[in-house]
Amino acid sequence: MNLRLYRRRKAFNGFFLVLSVLAAGFGLIWLGFILGALFYNGFSSVSLKLFTEMTPAPGAEGGLLNAIAGSLVMSALAVAAGTPLGLLAGTYLAEYGRHTRLAFFVRFINDILLSAPSIVTGLFIYEIIVRSMGHFSAWAGAASLTVIVIPVVVRTTENMLLLVPNGLREAAAALGAPRSSVIRAVTWRAARAGIVTGVLLAIARISGETAPLLFTALNNQFWSTDLNAPIASLPYVIFQFAMSADEGWHKLAWAGALLVTMTVLSLSIVARILESSKRS
Amino acid sequence: MADIAVTEQMLASDRAQVVRGFGLRDARFRWLTAAAALLVVIIFAGVIASLIIGSMPSIKQFGFAFLYTEAWNPVTEKFGALAPIYGTIVTSTLAMIIAVPVGIGIAIFLTEICPRPLRRPIGIAIELLAGIPSIIYGIWGLFIFAPAFQSTLQPWLIKVFGDVAFLRDLFAGPPYGIGMFTASLIMSIMILPFISAVTRDVFETVPPMLKEAAYGLGCTTWEVMWRVVLPFARAGVVGGAMLALGRALGETMAVTFVIGNAHHIKESLFAPATTISATIANEFSEATTELYQSSVIELGLILFFITFVVLASAQLMLRALERRAGGVS
Repeated sequence: MNLRLYRRRKAFNGFFLVLSVLAAGFGLIWLGFILGALFYNGFSSVSLKLFTEMTPAPGAEGGLLNAIAGSLVMSALAVAAGTPLGLLAGTYLAEYGRHTRLAFFVRFINDILLSAPSIVTGLFIYEIIVRSMGHFSAWAGAASLTVIVIPVVVRTTENMLLLVPNGLREAAAALGAPRSSVIRAVTWRAARAGIVTGVLLAIARISGETAPLLFTALNNQFWSTDLNAPIASLPYVIFQFAMSADEGWHKLAWAGALLVTMTVLSLSIVARILESSKRS
Repeated sequence: MADIAVTEQMLASDRAQVVRGFGLRDARFRWLTAAAALLVVIIFAGVIASLIIGSMPSIKQFGFAFLYTEAWNPVTEKFGALAPIYGTIVTSTLAMIIAVPVGIGIAIFLTEICPRPLRRPIGIAIELLAGIPSIIYGIWGLFIFAPAFQSTLQPWLIKVFGDVAFLRDLFAGPPYGIGMFTASLIMSIMILPFISAVTRDVFETVPPMLKEAAYGLGCTTWEVMWRVVLPFARAGVVGGAMLALGRALGETMAVTFVIGNAHHIKESLFAPATTISATIANEFSEATTELYQSSVIELGLILFFITFVVLASAQLMLRALERRAGGVS
């Protein structure tokens, strides 16, 4: 036996395995750093004021109420519009169209939209809505978020419907139920937890989206519920405040960042739990 | 579903009517879902059409020269996309150079080394990195990472490579903290989870018999990974990497915070620069003239085109793989 070769192979093996452990450590350390920085800088600024006062002028004190409200309003509109559309499209892909050419094409386009740069979505909505309306508005912001919600819901809906065993569909069809009733009363119901997961993931995705709001919803320093007017949103306010030179604004930006991250992470953790409880 | 209950007293004609009703409703629902599916395609076509229409004035004015002109001057209205395109490609490439080996390393760790009970939690923790919004990376990069980088690693790199012929130019210049290198580092952290998740999934499709056979021949873990698992999973790893590249190319907010937004091409990776997406984010709302605005929209068109090509090839690769995996089992 060639001992030198054996030793060299062993050393190689050890070296690369250590490297891969370090790689995992590299990933985890950044997660720790980022969350640590968020808590360290954001926690001290979190107070009741955040939820009761408007965004301040530079140098003044204030909260993030109008930004939180704006984000909630636009996300709610986007989810309300995007969920039914995505659900229906996903249903077509998994049920009626499963092997058709149209479904193949739609699947392909949808997966591209899923990872396409979100800033381009903003330009698209600017061109079709803001330009024709002549001004920025909460509607335009919600529309650009809807464009982001749809592909997420389509993808998860299709995946979840495909997990429903065909025996269920066949049993319902054997009772004489038409295809549309089978889908609505049996497959949708069987895949409900999965579809809810998809919607949660979509909400998580849009709650931190900034780029598509830059030139659709813009920003508003004051309280606004007018959907035809520019509206504040949490990510936009974080962007504006962080880029400024004002110390007080920086603090609010950190507090906002902490809020957004906690929302997104808890949504994705809940979605994950729902998903795994479904699988087992 | 009371409406489906067909009683015996029903006449044949009634029954036929009910069945026709079913058929009608079924067809209507079918068309409704097909229309929703078509909407996805319409949105996609709408994005392309609106970008082309929006960039028409700039296309007419500059033609193909737009792609290779470096000048970007809103005052004299001379616009060229070379600097943003260069910045986008350099930052994404650098991010990939860091993230691909580390991502594969994480996948190897998760499938081979990690104790079983820890696999799920560590896998989830890595994937959480993908869930953190881009703006959070931006604010963290600007306030925490860039200053730390500026005072520690950056001066060290400048000093170490100061005497090496080629690298001296890449790592030259005063340590600003912000710049292309910082943007690439942050981007590599953001795309890491995409690579490691896809890689881990394809690693798990490798038939255990192949690995066992290699172990049986006396291979070390590393040899099994390098000579058996990776070649088997190559298409999937490349597909996952392309998916991550697509993300990196379009990454906006994190980059906007730390790249410095300077419209020029410098050799040094530490110099402030700009990318396509950062230029759009920074300048679109300030673009007051039609030509300025349309030049920014044309940047968007270029970005969409590049990401489309990258993402489409990633899709095709992963699809082909899926079909193969489906065929085997």
